[in-house]
Amino acid sequence: MPLTVEVVTAERVVRVEQGVDVLVAPGSEGQLAILPHHAALMTTLDAGELIIRRASQEDSFVVSGGFMEVNKDRVTILADASEAAEEIDIARAEAARARAEERLRRVREQNARDVDIARAAAALQRSLLRLRVANRRRQRPGPPRV
Amino acid sequence: MPTIRQLKRRIQSVKNTAKITNALQMVAASKMRRAQDRASQAKPYAEKLRTVLAGLASQSGGEGEAALHPLLETRPVRNIAVLHITPDRGLCGGLNSNINRSGGTFVAMQHEPVQVVAVGKKGRDFFHRAHVHIAAEFTDLGDYPTQAETSGISRLIIDDYLNGTVDRVYVSFSEFVTTATQRPVTRQLLPIEPPAMEGDGEAFLSDYIFEPSPEVVLARLLPRYIEMQIYEAVLQNAASFQSAQMVAMKNATDNANEITRELTLTYNKTRQEQITKELLDIVGGAAALEG
Repeated sequence: MPLTVEVVTAERVVRVEQGVDVLVAPGSEGQLAILPHHAALMTTLDAGELIIRRASQEDSFVVSGGFMEVNKDRVTILADASEAAEEIDIARAEAARARAEERLRRVREQNARDVDIARAAAALQRSLLRLRVANRRRQRPGPPRV
Repeated sequence: MPTIRQLKRRIQSVKNTAKITNALQMVAASKMRRAQDRASQAKPYAEKLRTVLAGLASQSGGEGEAALHPLLETRPVRNIAVLHITPDRGLCGGLNSNINRSGGTFVAMQHEPVQVVAVGKKGRDFFHRAHVHIAAEFTDLGDYPTQAETSGISRLIIDDYLNGTVDRVYVSFSEFVTTATQRPVTRQLLPIEPPAMEGDGEAFLSDYIFEPSPEVVLARLLPRYIEMQIYEAVLQNAASFQSAQMVAMKNATDNANEITRELTLTYNKTRQEQITKELLDIVGGAAALEG
């Protein structure tokens, strides 16, 4: 029996997907794939990419931490924040990346003190993750439609 | 008896008021729908979190046993904080006075020193007038507050609790019941009182594989739970405000229409009387000439 996957955040229900064959999630102990008939599991998630694969299509999401519950072929992802790949604003992510890189460059070259390095690094990581998820989708639009 | 001209002017002025209240009613109605929608969008997450927390926390035995996590630990109460959530604006009937009265009474009843964290201008102004210590204020959250905006509130509350500034935290807000009913409620936020477990807690724990461990999952879950509760309260407050405003503005529009109707009646009567009087004068004058 295929999986039913629900991705929810405090603000909205991001996606409910039925008939899922495999789900790949960024677990805090490392990436993990969930197949049908998985044992009941409760795990924390790190920031990363969540992939939901079905026979005909593959959907990918950005997740910025949260929890995942697997129980009787029902997977519930309680994400701190999450977006589907097609919702990502590439221009914005690109701008965020440029901004974060610029800040870090100033620290490196001019020893700037007004920059919160941890914050800039986190922002850079976030933007890179979003770009990766968004671009992967663009390059691989899935199997050709018949 | 007002003159015709005065009556006419009043009718126009009441009609203008009705136009404004009617417009406000329309705006509130559309915002209300969205605010209610957002409140219901938050439900699936909240319910799941509650279930998981209930299961996880059920293993923390009874009284006297060491708490699993600082956010669950009941300490002797020396200082209390009340998170008081109100709208920023008025024109919403009795909503603001109800929530402020309920919050104010609650604060006055406490034996320990209380500090207020005010969300929304109406509550802040109320406690300011009452000379209650306001530790922090958050205003202008807008009609559709986001989680990013409320997470600052949560962080402040959790930090104050963890560093011992306060030993107990309550939240007071207008609960959205129906469009016509909003109820002021006060609930304990910290220490967290885990929701009751439906079914067997032991079974829940042994059925699941926890990664990395139940303790780590719980430690990550608890701050989320607080954040979610505060976010929910803020959303409820927003939905309550729009509903209360819509109802208040609908009543105002109805009243204005009723007054317009009455005034128009008086106006017509007065006009009729005047015409009759003038006619009588003319008829009388003509009769006098002929006579």
